[in-house]
Amino acid sequence: MIDLIREYWQQYLWGTPGHLSGLVITLWLTAASVGLGFLLAVPLSIARVSKEWWLSHPVWFFTYLFRGTPLYVQLLLFYSGVYSLDVVRATPALNSFFRDAFNCTILAFTLNTCAYTTEIFAGAIKATAHGEIEAGRSFGMSNLTLYRRIILPSALRRALPAYSNEVILMLHATTLASTATVPDILKIARNASSDYYLPFVAYGIAAMLYLTISFALIGLFRKAERRWLAYLRRETK
Amino acid sequence: MFLEGYGRQFWEGTTETIELALLSLCLAFTIGLIGAAAKLSSNRWVSIPAAVYTTLIRGVPDLVLMLLLFYSFQDGLNRITDALNQAQINIDPFSAGVCVLGFIYGAYFTETFRGAVLAVPKGQLDAANAFGLTSWQVFRRILFPQMMRFALPGISNNWQVILKATALVSIIGLHELVSAAQDASTGTSSKGAYHAFIFLAVAALIYLVLTTVSNVVFAILEKRYSIGTPPSEL
Repeated sequence: MIDLIREYWQQYLWGTPGHLSGLVITLWLTAASVGLGFLLAVPLSIARVSKEWWLSHPVWFFTYLFRGTPLYVQLLLFYSGVYSLDVVRATPALNSFFRDAFNCTILAFTLNTCAYTTEIFAGAIKATAHGEIEAGRSFGMSNLTLYRRIILPSALRRALPAYSNEVILMLHATTLASTATVPDILKIARNASSDYYLPFVAYGIAAMLYLTISFALIGLFRKAERRWLAYLRRETK
Repeated sequence: MFLEGYGRQFWEGTTETIELALLSLCLAFTIGLIGAAAKLSSNRWVSIPAAVYTTLIRGVPDLVLMLLLFYSFQDGLNRITDALNQAQINIDPFSAGVCVLGFIYGAYFTETFRGAVLAVPKGQLDAANAFGLTSWQVFRRILFPQMMRFALPGISNNWQVILKATALVSIIGLHELVSAAQDASTGTSSKGAYHAFIFLAVAALIYLVLTTVSNVVFAILEKRYSIGTPPSEL
């Protein structure tokens, strides 16, 4: 057990020089997919609540597809499925993009978290108090200003509790990257486990690391809620 | 020919996935009810372990837990059989899958049921006690039917998550839908390049059908359990 830790602790945390792995990769995967997913989800959620059917229906279909199938299947589709298409292999840009496991993983994770985030944000936008919008309109705000100044600041705040859940689930979902040869925490744990035949220790360390990141994220979101949702907090008697 | 002759594997994989998901759901449901009762208990010796269970399980990714439990258990079993000079016993991946999924999602069900129990007005239980009902009768006639009303959205959500989590069990060697698709794509890889994409897309489509059907079933259930509540007015 001591040998396992001595040999692998660096790989569990940040890897060897010139070869990142473990915690750093897991955090990077989470941050990249959640960040990109967020940027895509804001416009998509506005389209999702739009009255124009040609805007809202395609977005509905996108979230339906990505929320109705397992992320593992999506990852396999992007990782081994897309690369099996002749068109992709023949086009140099697509070929080099999909040959890299890292790109496929980020793409699958981003689209998946984007679908869930879009629904969360769309729900929050729909739940915006009617009076807030009416007040904005009576000030003569255009649609763009209304969204920028009234709806989005209020909806994104109210979405915070549900969004924090989604971020934690995404952190947990990054473990799937290990099946696509990306060296995240779980991949290192699998290597260590087969090297030393100590599955409990190897996976136990991984579990502790994930637990720590989860708690850190929960703490951060609690702080964020205290700051941005202060106006919704119930009066304590 | 339908799916290049892999139709049978897909059918078997689909039934395996459904069986696995349903059995895990039953186990998780039961653990959830017991866990919620434990977590709401005023006895600290019962409520603290339940709280530790839900916090630990929900803080660790399901795939990590699956590999941890499956391989550690097999490893422990091997050590015991070695020490006793017995032949190695291999854990059946199907029952292991059911147990691990049930154990993990039991923690999520515990939280769902705990919230639902707390949402039932306390006066209802007081009234039932005042009528002299036994605690089992209170549970069966008063608490459970009303609790289900609040728990259904959560149950529906958890069920969808379990259904999709069964895809992970192929990693510990179970032949369900995803592994059927993978077998089919490696089996035909020499014939043409696009097969992997088609087979995986078929698997995705089957999952989509399963989740859509469960959405419909839960909509019906929700209607049934909300009998007697006036529709919310907007």
